[in-house]
Amino acid sequence: MSAGPDHASLEAQIGQWRAYLRRRRAITGPDVEELETHLRDQVGALTQAGLAEDEAFLVAVKRMGSLDALSREFAREHSDRLWKQLVIAPDGDAAPETVTRTEALVVFALAVAAALAVKMPVLFGLTLERDAAFYARNTSLFVLPFLTGYFVWKRRMDPRHCVWLAVPFIAAAAVVNTFPFTRGPQQVVSHTEVLSAVHLPIALWLVVGIAYLRGRWLEGAGRMDFVRFSGELFIYYALIALGGGVLTGFTMTMFAAIGLKPDWIARDWLIPCGAAGAVIVGSWLVEAKQNVIENMAPVLTRLFTPLFTIVLLVFLATMAWTGHPIDIQRNVLILFDLLLAVVVGLVLFSASARDPEAPPNLFDGLQLLLIVSALVVDALALAAIASRISEFGFTPNRVAALGENLILLVSLAWSAWLYAAFLRGRGPFRALEAWQTAYLPVYATWAALVVLLFPPIFGYA
Amino acid sequence: MDLGKDLVAASATPLVLAILAEGESYGYAIIKRVSELSGGHLHWTDGMLYPVLHRLERNGFVAAKWGSSESGRRRKYYRLTKEGRTHLEAERKRWQIVDETLHRIWLKACHA
Repeated sequence: MSAGPDHASLEAQIGQWRAYLRRRRAITGPDVEELETHLRDQVGALTQAGLAEDEAFLVAVKRMGSLDALSREFAREHSDRLWKQLVIAPDGDAAPETVTRTEALVVFALAVAAALAVKMPVLFGLTLERDAAFYARNTSLFVLPFLTGYFVWKRRMDPRHCVWLAVPFIAAAAVVNTFPFTRGPQQVVSHTEVLSAVHLPIALWLVVGIAYLRGRWLEGAGRMDFVRFSGELFIYYALIALGGGVLTGFTMTMFAAIGLKPDWIARDWLIPCGAAGAVIVGSWLVEAKQNVIENMAPVLTRLFTPLFTIVLLVFLATMAWTGHPIDIQRNVLILFDLLLAVVVGLVLFSASARDPEAPPNLFDGLQLLLIVSALVVDALALAAIASRISEFGFTPNRVAALGENLILLVSLAWSAWLYAAFLRGRGPFRALEAWQTAYLPVYATWAALVVLLFPPIFGYA
Repeated sequence: MDLGKDLVAASATPLVLAILAEGESYGYAIIKRVSELSGGHLHWTDGMLYPVLHRLERNGFVAAKWGSSESGRRRKYYRLTKEGRTHLEAERKRWQIVDETLHRIWLKACHA
């Protein structure tokens, strides 16, 4: 057996062959090993018969059969492998097992820490029942610091360089817990308090994004990755929550069967701790599986874009036909805010899964139709509200809802403009993507403003 | 001579089982044995043997375990199980029927 430059090139060739084989989903690690041993046996026998190593390699690979045919055969025998994808192991050769085990431990520890953080205030006499307002204000602070910590660890950031990531969390904790919110006689929480509770997670999600992207925050492509991550996390979280609901139901009924009423287990422990820990675990799953299966968020977007478009168009047609104006009630503005937010989400996630180089297609036209119809509906709602805004007066809720409406309106209007340009072949799709990713910090900034400024402006009411 | 895909596939199971009936073996050695037994006429694409082995393993006809080769690499060894032996016996009978039937008609064809 020769050992020299020739041998080194053989190893390189086998390595390349192995890499090709690994990419086949139906062929797993042990199979690759088995096939590689076979290949090496064959090469060994052929070189002993007098062939040069590179010739022997070529013959051995030829005899092994085409990779496509081979992986088809493996897929037929192991069809389960095309489904079972929860292999939480990084790609590549570098000591995967220890890395994944460490990661699993870190995730577990962080999830437990988040769950315990939810229970910490109980030590100071703050219970979920009596101090709902405290828990509402601090929800994101129980979880997001740990999630940020996970990404600091995962992205191997030097902890000394990202101490400043803690600043927003500390500042937020200080602000929401020192503001002297004043509640009315029958209020559990004040209006501005609710606004803070709702907007703080949105503002702090930006901090999570900065940790997630580790310096790629300034790139549009990086932000798009974070959008994808957020969408997938949302879906995983919903799935975990469904499972958690089933678990809770079983816990309650099983203990009820032996005559105990363990409401407090579910209410005080299972649900709050599970909800906190699931954010960390869900993020880990998204990280582990991002290369493995098709992302779900864009699939749902594809499904719901046409449906939302139809609903909006039918709504507009019905309004025009019957002449019913939009009935302005207390929460109608919030409803239309949510509608615009959903449309922004649909546009964002379909952009996240679109090949920017592909030419315009029917679906793009549909997107534009969706945006335009949402804009028309929103304009009608705004017109109806504007005529009576003085009558209602400027409460904090109304100002917040109006501000959000304007922000979403600007985002969608410019998106519609860019979409139209793209469809007419006057602009690249990248411009639309760039606009949407550039606009993301606006949402977080507005949310931060609501948290910081609204309570003092409106007298903490 | 090319035996055709279907015939190769159909004969793979009894052949592999029969070779393993001679004793524990591994993929490369099985391929070599097939080529030896057929005088080089029966030629398999090497990779295709492994899905067959995995199917036999799933059916419980063979059992596999990891050992090491002479060069120290990990290698998967297969051996026949009791179910495999029974199955091999049944296969042998089936093939015998096919063989005898063809044999008779061919004798007649030659004499005609």
